[in-house]
Amino acid sequence: MTRQQDFTRAVLDARLPVPEGLVDGSNQPAGRRFSVYRNNVAVSLTEALHKGFPVIARLLGQENMDGIAGLFLRAHPPRSPLMMHYGAEFPAFLRDLAQLSHLGYLPDVAQLELALRRSYHAADTSLIDPQMLDTRAPEALMASRFRFAPAVALLQSPWPIHSIWRYNSVDGAPKPDARAEDVLITRPDYDPVPHLLPPGGATWIAALMAGETLAQATETASRMQPDFDLSAPLALLIEGAALIDLSQ
Amino acid sequence: MFDTPDRSALPARPGVGYKPQHYQAIMADAGCVQWLEIHAENYMGDGGRPLAQLRHLAERFAISVHGVGLSIGGAEALDPDHLARLKHLVGWLNPASFSEHLAWSTHDSHFYNDLLPLPYTNATLTRVCDHIDQVQQVLARPMLLENPSSYLAFAESTWDEPAFLQEIARRTGCGLLLDVNNVFVSATNLGYRPQAYIDAYPLDLVGEIHLGGHDEDEDEHGAPLLIDSHGAEVVDPVWALLDYTLARSGARPTLVEWDTDVPDWPVLEAEAARAAAALARISPEAPAQLSAQLSAQGQARTE
Repeated sequence: MTRQQDFTRAVLDARLPVPEGLVDGSNQPAGRRFSVYRNNVAVSLTEALHKGFPVIARLLGQENMDGIAGLFLRAHPPRSPLMMHYGAEFPAFLRDLAQLSHLGYLPDVAQLELALRRSYHAADTSLIDPQMLDTRAPEALMASRFRFAPAVALLQSPWPIHSIWRYNSVDGAPKPDARAEDVLITRPDYDPVPHLLPPGGATWIAALMAGETLAQATETASRMQPDFDLSAPLALLIEGAALIDLSQ
Repeated sequence: MFDTPDRSALPARPGVGYKPQHYQAIMADAGCVQWLEIHAENYMGDGGRPLAQLRHLAERFAISVHGVGLSIGGAEALDPDHLARLKHLVGWLNPASFSEHLAWSTHDSHFYNDLLPLPYTNATLTRVCDHIDQVQQVLARPMLLENPSSYLAFAESTWDEPAFLQEIARRTGCGLLLDVNNVFVSATNLGYRPQAYIDAYPLDLVGEIHLGGHDEDEDEHGAPLLIDSHGAEVVDPVWALLDYTLARSGARPTLVEWDTDVPDWPVLEAEAARAAAALARISPEAPAQLSAQLSAQGQARTE
């Protein structure tokens, strides 16, 4: 085993002995001094998870979050020095933890927090020229396909993820009701905003994202939700700077 | 007339580590702060507010890009993706300085988010120099290398740290970033006089000085164990060590780092003001010039 491999294993597993050849200033075994590295690694990664998943941390409480972060960081040390991306496996990790199985909504809420973080760091794009929408004949518009900004994300969940997120992020937000919720994330300037979608909205946006025309996507959504009305979700897309181009 | 800062080099004045929560305060009135340092890895996203803010800051301040994730002391090859991201950031921003650490943080494709220590041996020397050569080639500019905070030492080390850094600089042409808090922490932890370290250190190669706060602990034998936390005010003995250093090096760009439990702007600005006072105390007889080696690099870069 190489020196650095030996070192990293002992850093992540406090049951392992301190690697040989590490000494204090008097050439005595380093002992507890090695714990500084153990502590730095665990604390900094735990803090990164707290920062990246503030709602999960709030739902679990500080102590539980610290414990779960400790398990996660050992199972999934970062694969990149870009801490802004750390925790991509966290939703699946929460799903697989037997002791959290009674909190079925946690993985989807974690997925929402991950999507908000990705949106925050996504590339900037210029807004679609509003004239392109205004000047197009209705038939031509219905035959158009849209290109979405990289900061846009769509999440569908059997849990009230939007209400849970709001209840734990926004002062005075109402208590969540038990229901399925779909969320559209847009980033009109620099702050990602999660929007609750009306029934059929997520099907419609997913169809548009998959390359269907406006007419096709609306038909797809109407099959699922007979009274589907595109005006509210279309307004969300336009006001949220979600669309960057359209083509025939 | 608006006095545009010369962004081709860091001014020998106070700077601070930039924290996004201070953006409005800095843009309104940066006080004595003349330049800012950012952690490279926080600005490697595709877009959004971090890069937009950085663009605005770079119009007003000289910027130092300080890497914390390159793992220059890593036993394996440098991550080509990370090098490419760094080249992109440095090319886009054209900062006044780029610096990294004498440390490693990545092994077997895992990143440990800490600056891990190295034995000072000939094998380490060769590897670190190869990696610095590669970085300087990719970035087409010289870099500065920072001395670590040490909590322990390696029995197999055959070099002392100042000589090791000097030899790296001699072989690669890189400059040095002298963190006087790290010197104080390491000297306390390993039982030597911090002034002796400064006396042995090649001060003419110093392109930047760092200051920061540390925490106090002790080992199982009751010996003091200082931990570099960047989470508090710089302590008086470290300010005294800065005076000791500046009296011998002459004025250098001097930065205060505060990365955890970040205070409101006035507290950080007050720390920078202490650095400004230390710079103002330097006697006119103190050496003022960087080594010919670093000056020549600066010229080569601006050509």
